[in-house]
Amino acid sequence: MSTNNIEEKQYLLRFKCDTKSHLTVLDHDICMTQCPDKLCTVFCPAEVYKWEGLRMQVGYEGCHECGSCRIGCPYQNIKWEYPKGGHGIVFRLA
Amino acid sequence: MPEKFDVIIVGAGPAGTSCAFVCAKNGLNVLLIERGEYPGSKNVMGGVLYRKQMEELIPEFWKEAPLERPVIEQRFWMMDKESVVQFGYKGLEWGQEPYNNFTVLRAQFDQWFAQKAVEAGALLVNETVVTECLVEDGKVVGVRTDRPDGDVFADVVVLADGVNSLLGKQLGFHKEFRPDEVALTVMEVINLSKDKINERFNLSENQGCTIEIFGDSTKGNLGTAFLYTNKDSLNIGVGTTLSSMIKAKLKPYELLDYLKTHPMVKPFLEGGESAEYLAHLIPEGGYRSVPKVAGNGVVVVGDAAQLVNAIHREGSNMAMASGKMAAETIILAKHEGDFSESSLNRYREELYGSFIMKDLEKYKDATHVFEKYPQYLRDYVPMVNRAASKFFTVDGTPKKDKQKEIMRSVTGEKGTIRVLKDIYRAWKAVK
Repeated sequence: MSTNNIEEKQYLLRFKCDTKSHLTVLDHDICMTQCPDKLCTVFCPAEVYKWEGLRMQVGYEGCHECGSCRIGCPYQNIKWEYPKGGHGIVFRLA
Repeated sequence: MPEKFDVIIVGAGPAGTSCAFVCAKNGLNVLLIERGEYPGSKNVMGGVLYRKQMEELIPEFWKEAPLERPVIEQRFWMMDKESVVQFGYKGLEWGQEPYNNFTVLRAQFDQWFAQKAVEAGALLVNETVVTECLVEDGKVVGVRTDRPDGDVFADVVVLADGVNSLLGKQLGFHKEFRPDEVALTVMEVINLSKDKINERFNLSENQGCTIEIFGDSTKGNLGTAFLYTNKDSLNIGVGTTLSSMIKAKLKPYELLDYLKTHPMVKPFLEGGESAEYLAHLIPEGGYRSVPKVAGNGVVVVGDAAQLVNAIHREGSNMAMASGKMAAETIILAKHEGDFSESSLNRYREELYGSFIMKDLEKYKDATHVFEKYPQYLRDYVPMVNRAASKFFTVDGTPKKDKQKEIMRSVTGEKGTIRVLKDIYRAWKAVK
C-alpha cells in the first residue's frame, strides 16, 4: 500500500532514539504570545512539533534532522543539535 | 599525546568521501568522520548521480557500484490540475558506456563509496558527531567529537558536514541561512515490480527514466517534483523553498500526497508499496549563498559550501568535484608544509574557475527572481496547458484563428507589456 498520511509515512522509518532530545524550544511563552500560526507545526516534515495549548511538545524521536525548524522558526526559538553519534534517523534506502 | 592526522574530513557523503579517497590514495593520513550508523544513513537524494565527476575518481565505477538504472530518458512536465504539457529527450546512447547519469539509492551507494576510501587507506569512524572545530591562534587545528576524550587533531579539517553546516557557522564562514536559501524536500521510495515499471515508463531492461514536474506539483509554489525509476522501485518527491512552504502554510507530506494522488501521476504508482519516507533540505541559495570556503587549516566542500545547481538538479556531482579539488589543494599544501588560508585558497580559485561556480554564477538570480515573481509556475503553467488544449482540440475553428485566440487569451489576461516583461525577466535570470 502507498501511504496517505504522515503517521503511515513515519511508520516506515527506522530510528535509533537517544534518551535526550536534540531539539529544544527555548521559550514556550514566545510560541504562545508571539507566534499565532505556530509555523513549525505546519512545515515540519515529520510533525515533530505539536502545540499543546500552553507549551510546544517536541517529538524529537521522529525527527529527520533536516534543519527546517531551526531555519524556519521566525523567532530563532529552537536550539538544534545533531543527535548523539549513531542515533536518530537511520535511512535504509534513498 | 593526542592523535594527529594529516587531514580530518567531517561527513562521509559524496563530497567528504571524494576528498578522503583522493587524499588517501596520495598517501595522506586521513580520518573520515560520519555521524550516522553508516555512510548514507543520514543522506537523502532524489536519485540522479552523474557519471562524469564520479568517473574522474573511480574509472568505470558503473561496473561495480550499486546503481539502479542508467537514465536514457529525461522528461519535463508542466502540469496543471487535469493536464500536462510535456517535452523531453530519450536517447539510446545514454544506455551504453560511458553513460550520462544513473538513478541510485544513496544509503547503498554511499556505503560502497566510503568503502572505496577505506580501501585507499582512509580511516572511517561512524557514529561520531563533530561538535566543534578546535581553533588555536586563528587556525583550525582539529575537531571535538562527542566521544569520550574526543579531541582529534590534523593539519587540515575538511567541512563536508552537509547543508546545515553547523561547523561553518561556528567558524563564522556563513550566517544562519534564510528560509529562501534552502528547499525543503520530501520523498518516498515506492516498491513496484520491474515489469510494471518498464511497461508504465516504456523502458527495456536496464533503462531508466526521470520526470521533473513543474506547476501544480507544488500547487504553483516555487519548487519542483520528481519521479525517478529505480530497478524495482520509484522515487517520488516534491520540494519548495522553505520560505514558500511557510508562506503558503503547506505541510510537506500533504503536498507529497497531493502529488501522489494527482491524476497525471497516480497511474504510475498504482499498486506500489511505500518503503521509505525521507525529508531533507537542499541548499538553493546559489552563488550568493556560497560561504567562505577556505581558512587557516580548513576548507568547505559540497552541500556545506552550498554547491547545488537547482535549475539543473546537480548537487552530488558538484560535491564530488569540490571534494576532489579540495584534496588536490591539501596534497599540495602538505608537500609545501603550508596550511595557511593563502595556501588553501588555491582550492577557492580552482572552485571559482570550474564549471561549479561558473554555473552557479549563471543562475545567480534565478531562485530570487522566481521567488519574487511567482507567476511563472502559478499562472504561466496553467496558461500553457490551456493553450495546448485549445490548439490540439479539433473543433472546426481554422488554425489561424486558434493561434490568434490563444495569443489574445495570453495577453488579454495580463496585458501585452506585462507578458513581455515577464518573459524578459525570466530570460535574464537563466541566460
